[in-house]
Amino acid sequence: MINIRNVHKCFGDLEVLKGIDLDVNKGEVLSIIGGSGSGKSTLLYCINAIENIQKGQIIVDDIDVHAKKTYQDKLRQKLGMVFQQWNSFPHLTVLENAALAPRIVKKLSREESIEVAKQELEHVGLGDKFDVYPTKMSGGQQQRLAIARALAMKPDYMLFDEITSALDPELVGEVLDTLRLLREDGMTMICVTHEIAFAREVSDQVAFFNEGIIEEMGTPEQVISNPQKETTQKFLSKVL
Amino acid sequence: MGSLFTPLSWNDTGFILTGVWNTVIISVVAIGFGTLLGVIVGFIRAESNRLVNTLLGGILDIFRSVPLIIQLILFSTYIGAIGHPLEPFVAGSIVLSLYSMAFMSEVFRSGFESVHKSMQIAARSLGMSYWQTIFYIRLPIGLRAVFPSWLGVALSVIKDSALVSVIGYMELLRTSDQLISRTQQPLEILIGVGIFYFIISYPLSLYGRYVERKMAL
Amino acid sequence: MDYQFHWNIVFQKMPEMLQGAFVTLHVSVLSMLIGIVIAVLLAIVKMNHSKPFCYVAIGWIEIARNTPALFQIYMAYFGLGALGIHLSPYVAVLSALIFINAGYLAETFRGGFMSIPKTQYSASKSLGMNSFQVYRYIILPQMFRRIYHPMTNQFVWSILMSSLGILVGMGELSGETQRLQSLSFRTLEFFIVAAVMYFIITKLVLFSSSLISRKLFRGEI
Repeated sequence: MINIRNVHKCFGDLEVLKGIDLDVNKGEVLSIIGGSGSGKSTLLYCINAIENIQKGQIIVDDIDVHAKKTYQDKLRQKLGMVFQQWNSFPHLTVLENAALAPRIVKKLSREESIEVAKQELEHVGLGDKFDVYPTKMSGGQQQRLAIARALAMKPDYMLFDEITSALDPELVGEVLDTLRLLREDGMTMICVTHEIAFAREVSDQVAFFNEGIIEEMGTPEQVISNPQKETTQKFLSKVL
Repeated sequence: MGSLFTPLSWNDTGFILTGVWNTVIISVVAIGFGTLLGVIVGFIRAESNRLVNTLLGGILDIFRSVPLIIQLILFSTYIGAIGHPLEPFVAGSIVLSLYSMAFMSEVFRSGFESVHKSMQIAARSLGMSYWQTIFYIRLPIGLRAVFPSWLGVALSVIKDSALVSVIGYMELLRTSDQLISRTQQPLEILIGVGIFYFIISYPLSLYGRYVERKMAL
Repeated sequence: MDYQFHWNIVFQKMPEMLQGAFVTLHVSVLSMLIGIVIAVLLAIVKMNHSKPFCYVAIGWIEIARNTPALFQIYMAYFGLGALGIHLSPYVAVLSALIFINAGYLAETFRGGFMSIPKTQYSASKSLGMNSFQVYRYIILPQMFRRIYHPMTNQFVWSILMSSLGILVGMGELSGETQRLQSLSFRTLEFFIVAAVMYFIITKLVLFSSSLISRKLFRGEI
């Protein structure tokens, strides 16, 4: 379970998160929508401890992410993250990309790590690409590799940061299909996304971010189909 | 005047300035001819088929795989041996020009090849002739793209011009070498020489980096 | 004008020429190895921006890049001599080459490091790697590929520039050639053979370097 309490985050004088409260239960899918600069990606970075916070608390399975005594490298094993730019490791093959972290971080044997990597790659439909170098693949394939690479660590939660935004339109579908697959597996996910239709389809909860606060939150029916706030209505009318 | 050695004095200024002038002039000549020949050879290589390209590349490679100092010694010994000795300035200019041409042609070849085919097709479609395309499209774009690399080669030619001293050309370093023998003050003289090269080279290399950054944006 | 070539004398002296070639390789390899170590330090110091050391690094790098190699060698041989530090021709040439290699390679290393996108770091971190692992498995291997060819070129440059040893009486290939030709006055023959030997050494280095790179680097960046 992820509990977020009154989180504030500043970059210099600019306050990008102004008191965020959120709870994500095991097995739930939360989608975060909102305009650019609304702080939605920053929140993901804070959950994964890539960015620190100025005030508040983020608790993942009873561990305070930003407490001094927390071993953040260890904590990140619980949290898989996929980025807008897929960030494949260009010097490693697809299989090595996915097998590296299980081997060096979780200390699995070479065979075990390759086994896990193969499973996850097949799961996302890259079973025929093991020995290919990522730069030879399409953006959609590289993004699925990034998902498999994160899954190979057997995380309890997955964080997705606008993972279809940098893709050509015809490649978006295959990546969203992969997310649907994860949803069926019961993975707990937080998706920052611009795909409103997708968010409505897969989410248990939707949060609309605006200028560092949560304007509206609830089921997809409440937030997307019947938004109460004017800002939410305005945003949706622009993107739908 | 009993001593064999006399200290450095203001009377030596003229002598040093001659060395400075000689370094500047041979660098300018070598960079000038090297650039001219480099553009021509680079263009031929970019235009020609694989065989010609490989052949030319192989010949030019010799200049880049044999130390400049050996090239200078060989050339001046050879023209001496066949009975046509040349002034150190002329012999040095020829070798240094060919040497810089070898590096420059590589720079320009990559510059010309970087001009996209689509741009040439666009130019031709506007009704430009083959030669118009070359003079108005490929040369200006290709030359501009390689300016920082060209400057890098030019700077190394200035520094390498010090080696022409080996065949008796009185450039700056040889001048100071002679002053050192007379005055026995190597440190002061050498530091002066170093400062001279640095003052010429450093601002230009800064400018090259500045242009490179601007072009990268 | 005809010039009669006499090659016999050169072939008789081949063992000495080869000995000279060995010294050439020796001094270039050593100047690279030590130069690389210093270059790493210079690059780190320069990127850290910690005040006094940072200026030392910048000074070193810019002096090495903006003054002639021959000047560096004269400084090491005559200049230091004036301060009472008398280096042998070998050590003088070696120190000059180290000084220059370190300066050029420091910029190569810095450029290679800066060219790795920061996102590679956050992606690795998100997989639970610690900082050491990120550098060991992700950043440095990618950086190494990008600096490999510039490093090879620097090595070739060192081989060619060690020929300046001829001017301070060092016994590397050029200096040895100079000594041998002065005994026989077959200047052309000796220097032609020296030129061919430099050419072969250079080609061998480039060839083995590309063989190694094909073995080491499979994927492309």
